[in-house]
Amino acid sequence: MRISPRAGERIVKVLIWAAAMLVMAVLVFIVAYILAKGLHVIDWRFLASAPSNMGRSGGISTTIIGTLMVTVTAVVIAAPLGIGTAFYLAEYTRENFVTKIIRFSAESLAGIPSIVYGLFGLIFFVVYLDMRWSVLSGGLTLALMILPTVIRTSEEAIKAVPYIYREVSFSLGATKWQTIIKAVFPSALRGIANGILLSVGRCIAETAAVILTAGSTLRMPTSLFSPTRTMAVHFYILAREGISMENAYGTAALLIILIFLINVVANTLINRFVAKSR
Amino acid sequence: MSPQPKFVIKNLSFYYGGKRAIHDLSLDIAANEILSVIGPANSGVTTLLRALNRLGDLVPGARMEGEILMDGKSVYDPDVSVTELRRKIGMVFEVPTPLPMSIFDNVAYGPRLIGKANGKSVAESVERVLRKAALWDDVKDRLKTPAMSLSGGQQQRLCFARVLALDPEVVLLDRPCSGLDPISTAKIEESLSQLKEQYTIVVAPHNVQQAARISDRVAFMLTGSLIEENRNVEIFSRPKDQRTSDYVTGRFG
Repeated sequence: MRISPRAGERIVKVLIWAAAMLVMAVLVFIVAYILAKGLHVIDWRFLASAPSNMGRSGGISTTIIGTLMVTVTAVVIAAPLGIGTAFYLAEYTRENFVTKIIRFSAESLAGIPSIVYGLFGLIFFVVYLDMRWSVLSGGLTLALMILPTVIRTSEEAIKAVPYIYREVSFSLGATKWQTIIKAVFPSALRGIANGILLSVGRCIAETAAVILTAGSTLRMPTSLFSPTRTMAVHFYILAREGISMENAYGTAALLIILIFLINVVANTLINRFVAKSR
Repeated sequence: MSPQPKFVIKNLSFYYGGKRAIHDLSLDIAANEILSVIGPANSGVTTLLRALNRLGDLVPGARMEGEILMDGKSVYDPDVSVTELRRKIGMVFEVPTPLPMSIFDNVAYGPRLIGKANGKSVAESVERVLRKAALWDDVKDRLKTPAMSLSGGQQQRLCFARVLALDPEVVLLDRPCSGLDPISTAKIEESLSQLKEQYTIVVAPHNVQQAARISDRVAFMLTGSLIEENRNVEIFSRPKDQRTSDYVTGRFG
């Protein structure tokens, strides 16, 4: 039996709509479930006081600070390297053997499970370079982990900038560097920032790579060289060892809120910048 | 013709990889004239314009032979600064190409590249060139708004103003009116005829009629070769070459 084009159109529409709704529903369910379980745990005391009794009681302040320090370290290292590499690939070189190698390496690195990065970080940063379990070891390991994403998304964003912008800029007497900074970068910024944001999310949520490189101490980190426990690791240990499901859900809820907040704030800032430059 | 031509092009050939876009072309361009370079698609007109300001260099695999002298000095001379050369030779592109920034910032783009501050002088020169491009009255109250919000014709006049802000000696226009309405086209043509006192203008018109309206001299190119160049009237009333005659009367192209 043949289906009339009109009926076919309708069926496809319903199927596509159903797919989107299903995905939405799953997402909303997960977020709602965790917030419902964890939100009531979160108050100022939970945010501001240090964990006590292995995390059974007290708050999670040290893990919040630890998370922020590790993530900032990772992004501060990976963003300039990754964006620089992307500009090199997109603007300063033509397709050749070297660019293929760089791109192939980046793609391979992106596919490696994070626990392998953790193992590498443990062997190289923690032991060989004797950085011990520390914010720095964890940050460097995460930087390696997110580097491929930063390179890939930045390169796509740079390539998406219309070629004519570069020609116009050159024709007005700009040097290559001036063209990149004034004509290409502002247009690519949104895409680049999206890649960085994605990476920030992955850093905040990462467990395996951090537990092996930053440790799991509950003490407040005081420098790049202090060991620390991030929120995701805290959540993992609380749940895994049955210490306190209550506080585990509280931590998870806060993780979700934190990622949400970072996205909102970053997008607002980018919008403001883009609006100014348009 | 003035004593020394602005450009002397000698035996120019231009290649993209193995493909030859211009073949052994020689042409003088006088200062303060409007020269139209006409020809059907793929005649090498755009390539010729882009060879003058060395924008053709940007294409991977591009290669040229022969010589282009500006004021007696080769534009490909090793000690010529390309950025300085391009400031002297402004270019307006076929499609309006405002950069994604405000109207003011678009016009100030060139001057700011050489470190002219954001002070009063830049504001003054922005106003001056916008007036020259017949755009000032349209935009004077919204200089800070995005250039993309202008109409196509306004955008092209903005691009024209942006080039004038460089204070160039030569202005190249590559089919600057091809997507524009007749009123915007008329405004641009009018500015051109006023501006030749100050600049040397090389234009690739988007049709033969425009060449007839605006130019002092016309050069006709076909498949990379210069077929004929002469004063406006001569080309249109007494073309020497049959192909020129066929093209300007609309028999092909």
